[in-house]
Amino acid sequence: MTDGRQQVRQAPRWYDDEAGPVVRPYAMTRGRTTSTTEHRLDLIALVVPEPAAHDPGRDQTLSPEHVEIVERCSTTPQSIAELAAGLDLPVGVIRVLVGDLVDDALVHVTRPVPPAELPDVSILREVINGLRAL
Amino acid sequence: MVFGRSSRRETPVEPVTLKILVAGGFGVGKTTLVGAVSEIKPLRTEETLSEAGRPVDDLDGVESKSTTTVAMDFGRITLREDLVLYLFGTPGQDRFWFLWDELAQGALGAVVLADTRRLEDSFAAIDYFERRGIPFTVGVNCFEGADEFPAETVRAALDLDPEVPLMMCDARRRESVKSVLVAVVEHALVRSTREREPAAT
Repeated sequence: MTDGRQQVRQAPRWYDDEAGPVVRPYAMTRGRTTSTTEHRLDLIALVVPEPAAHDPGRDQTLSPEHVEIVERCSTTPQSIAELAAGLDLPVGVIRVLVGDLVDDALVHVTRPVPPAELPDVSILREVINGLRAL
Repeated sequence: MVFGRSSRRETPVEPVTLKILVAGGFGVGKTTLVGAVSEIKPLRTEETLSEAGRPVDDLDGVESKSTTTVAMDFGRITLREDLVLYLFGTPGQDRFWFLWDELAQGALGAVVLADTRRLEDSFAAIDYFERRGIPFTVGVNCFEGADEFPAETVRAALDLDPEVPLMMCDARRRESVKSVLVAVVEHALVRSTREREPAAT
């Protein structure tokens, strides 16, 4: 076990060719891997556009990926996980891009039930009823 | 930046989002289960690993490969306009377990999918949820050709707490998966009620 670990640590490179382009997705974030927003965005946090997002005069510095996120969310709010799958980008990249949009007040993000806090009993009942009715 | 006037479009409703995890060994049918109830084709998202040099799997022939991304499959069930449930298939290999912690945060509960031919593959998942106090239900995926065992035998083999629900299921069948999910939420409800109302002495 210990030997195995050491072998891994001594590997000259921590990625291999099959890993694909390691750096490129983060070029879209101008190299940033974390967002300035104070909370780490949960996978099921929903991205909801603000009215300003539909203004044609909105921030002209937005990248095509930013614009696509706003457009995907404008009919139905989308979760971070759905955006990552939809844009085919790593979750980490989506977190940074959504963080930019939050900073620009173009979208806001819903906070899912905080950890360590169970969802309300009435919500659990509604989930059960909803599942049965599917 | 200039802010626009009021929007022409209506503000969309902001649903409450909840998640249930689907765990179990590799190839036990997690994605099949998600696909059986999801309203969207199970989506795949990738999380970039921030930590290199984790101990690798003991699979022969792939020891030297250290992957940089890990995929999670997930599905969505809109229960109501304002209530959306996401199902996340957890990464099957042990070495991605540090990702589970993030997935498990705020999870309503979990399904541990088990295969009676490889029951030991589900031990780790059961242990994980027990330790973190996350309500879970064991679904024994009944594969064609696999021997069928009575629920009590499987329960004993897994050394489950008596309160943990265990049921036979077919991950391909929507009705079967619905029952498993209902069992998870009912179990979470029982536990939540008990924790809120301290038992009278």
